[in-house]
Amino acid sequence: MDIVYLLIPLSVVLVFFIGMAFWWSLRGGQFDDLEGPAHRILMDDDKPDAG
Amino acid sequence: MCCAGCAAVAQAIVDNGLVSYYRQRSALPARDATVPQSLRDLAAYDVLPPGNAAADGDIREAALILEGINCAACVWLIEGRVMQIPGVVAFEINFTSHRARVRWQPARTRLSEIIATIAAIGYRAYPYDRDRAEQARRGERNRALLRLFVAGFGMMQVMMYLVPVYLAAGDMTADVEQLMRLASLALTAPVVFYSAFPFFAGAWRDLRNGRPGMDVPVALGIGAAFAASVLATLRGTDAVYFDSVTMFVFLLLAARYFEMTARAKSLATQEQLALRVPQVAERLSDWPASHAAEKVPALALHEGDHVRIATGATVPADGIVVDGTGELDEALLTGEAKPQMRRPGETLTGGSFNLGNPLVMRVTGVGESTRLAAILRLADRAAAARPRLALAADRVARYFVSALLVVAAAVAVIWMRIDPAHALAVTVAVLVVSCPCALSLATPAVLGAAGGSLHARGVLVTRSDAIEGLARATDVVFDKTGTLTTGRMHLRDVAVLGGEDRSACLAIAAALEAGSIHPVARALTAVAENEIDAAQRRQVGSITHVAGGGVEAVIEGRRLRIGTPAYVGQLCGQALPATIAGVAEDCTVVMLGDEQGWLAQFTLADRVRPAARELVAALRKGGLRLHLVSGDRFASVQHVARELDIDCVRAVATPADKCAYVQRLQQNGALVVMVGDGVNDAAGLGAAQVSVAMGGGADVASGNSDVVLLDGRLDGLATAFDTARRALRIVRQNLAWAFAYNALAIPLAACGLVTPLLAGVGMATSSALVIANALRLLRIERKLSTPVYARTVTVVE
Repeated sequence: MDIVYLLIPLSVVLVFFIGMAFWWSLRGGQFDDLEGPAHRILMDDDKPDAG
Repeated sequence: MCCAGCAAVAQAIVDNGLVSYYRQRSALPARDATVPQSLRDLAAYDVLPPGNAAADGDIREAALILEGINCAACVWLIEGRVMQIPGVVAFEINFTSHRARVRWQPARTRLSEIIATIAAIGYRAYPYDRDRAEQARRGERNRALLRLFVAGFGMMQVMMYLVPVYLAAGDMTADVEQLMRLASLALTAPVVFYSAFPFFAGAWRDLRNGRPGMDVPVALGIGAAFAASVLATLRGTDAVYFDSVTMFVFLLLAARYFEMTARAKSLATQEQLALRVPQVAERLSDWPASHAAEKVPALALHEGDHVRIATGATVPADGIVVDGTGELDEALLTGEAKPQMRRPGETLTGGSFNLGNPLVMRVTGVGESTRLAAILRLADRAAAARPRLALAADRVARYFVSALLVVAAAVAVIWMRIDPAHALAVTVAVLVVSCPCALSLATPAVLGAAGGSLHARGVLVTRSDAIEGLARATDVVFDKTGTLTTGRMHLRDVAVLGGEDRSACLAIAAALEAGSIHPVARALTAVAENEIDAAQRRQVGSITHVAGGGVEAVIEGRRLRIGTPAYVGQLCGQALPATIAGVAEDCTVVMLGDEQGWLAQFTLADRVRPAARELVAALRKGGLRLHLVSGDRFASVQHVARELDIDCVRAVATPADKCAYVQRLQQNGALVVMVGDGVNDAAGLGAAQVSVAMGGGADVASGNSDVVLLDGRLDGLATAFDTARRALRIVRQNLAWAFAYNALAIPLAACGLVTPLLAGVGMATSSALVIANALRLLRIERKLSTPVYARTVTVVE
């Protein structure tokens, strides 16, 4: 059971990193449009030079 | 395909190699794709207002609002088409907000060309001011999202630490348990100090103002539970409440976030409505020598310019009347409900509505003080006005909070005497278990959900009070023209009565009606535009509009009138011609005459909207009394009433009559919902408890009303009534639940019978129940709306 003494502090640190990652993606504008990109990936553009 | 317009659009799509639009679209575009008048003079947009376009070397950038987007295929289609225009450097659409940013090289293309291209494939684009308010909103949203994320993630992780502790129930070694507590503390601290900060700030503000609101017990609960838990952790004994604290904060923040998103969405739609027409002003560059009007962006006006303000239009800037006398509705700006009379020499305030005659104004002030002020006011109203229902809940909550604080204090004192060791734990349990959360969520969550589901059905609720009003309504008063009928009149017949021939009569009629946005005027000018060549166009002097009557003007020295037979008859002084008797009763008759006699009789027909019959049937089934009040002839009003089976009918009603009609109903105890679209309904709409306007109607109607039917979709109104009733029922259920829960839980907690786990679970269940109950509104709505979008999809190969 000694491993919990390492794992639990580690999980706390990990949570902080995940929080930082979220803050970074928020700043990068990844949450500005939550619907469009999901559809856009499905739209095959036959003529890439047009886009 | 239904018309040449569709064919042209389809052809444009196929020609440009965008056929896969038809494979990929998941919803049909709205049928009403007529290009508004303001888009016809696109060149006006090339003179861009300073706030909109940003110049960057030889590349310019502008922000556009797009209308008509239904699904992702639309976005793809517009992006694909616009990017084909040579000179467009970048074009990006935000699917959620329906806004776009375009960057182009002015040397190779123009903004008007881009907008025209978008219009050619059936969508509408308007340039708009990307002001700082939007930036601020985006920042606020991102901060709220981050707070929510921190609380949510903290909640999950704390749960992960504490659930084993609960399950082990003492089997865990003391140091592992302590480690779990410390880890929970480390994750709860940011939730309390960062995520819950708005609650503490709110509570502090409330206390300073001496008006304790919901934030006080929330902050107290969070603070007390957190402090007690920290103490317990340091001492290594007692139970901790970290899980309850994080969950509490997360649920409250989630509710606030959804409320904020719903508000931002309706705000964006409202701004869109507000921006639609008046951004373009009609400048008379050569006044008074000529009446030729050119359309320019309102922000491109300069001091000293002469501007024409049509009936139902918004005054684009501050100025002084130089020609015409009219009534102005300044309610938006001053709160003065009575229309104000303005004569030549008197001042006009930008943002007020012209209810009366077209005016000519000399601009004296432009910029920030005018249209922007009106938009901000609109936005403020939506943001600041708390619905009455929520206010009532708040008031109840305030008593509840005061009572709760007294009880908590009493519990603390009593337990101090009985068992000082447990006094803190019991007091905290009372604060945590009592769920002000459920009480304060009960109403806003429901109103937010109702507004959201209605928005998806094309009904924009601009004032949350309207939901309560719709639910309690007893009477619905409809306007006829433009509301129950399509409002697009078609000229069926012209009977020449005097010495002038058909085309001369049409030319005169079109000249008289040029400044008006009344459907009759639109039909006449549309026909005239097609049939009459420029040489026959007339110059018109001193136009007088009589609301509910018609128009009088002087053309080449002749006094002419167009309008209702009664109004024109006053000028002609002759008996009504025999031809008028032969007119079918569903037609509207407009007469043209001069001082010598009748000139022509125009017969116009309007069609009942396809959705009107179902709406009327649905409302009648809901037990509502229906009324039809119109300024039109008795026979044509009667005809529509009979077709739709409406009993109470009032014809030939002036705007004042409509208002009086509504007030008389109210005196008999009725709660009146008025549905209208036009300038002449404005008074009635103002008098009714709930006003519903057609989205495509006159500015004055949609700008002030509580509910706007976007794109003139009448079918949404029946849903609105239905949803409103369900919403009110759910609010009652929620409040009943919150009270019942508290009545049971608080005494138990005060007796020390509620364990920390039970307190946390009870609080969370109660809040989740309230939210889930509110979300039922959305769920049922989605089921209802599927058939609408599941219509056949045409494939063009």
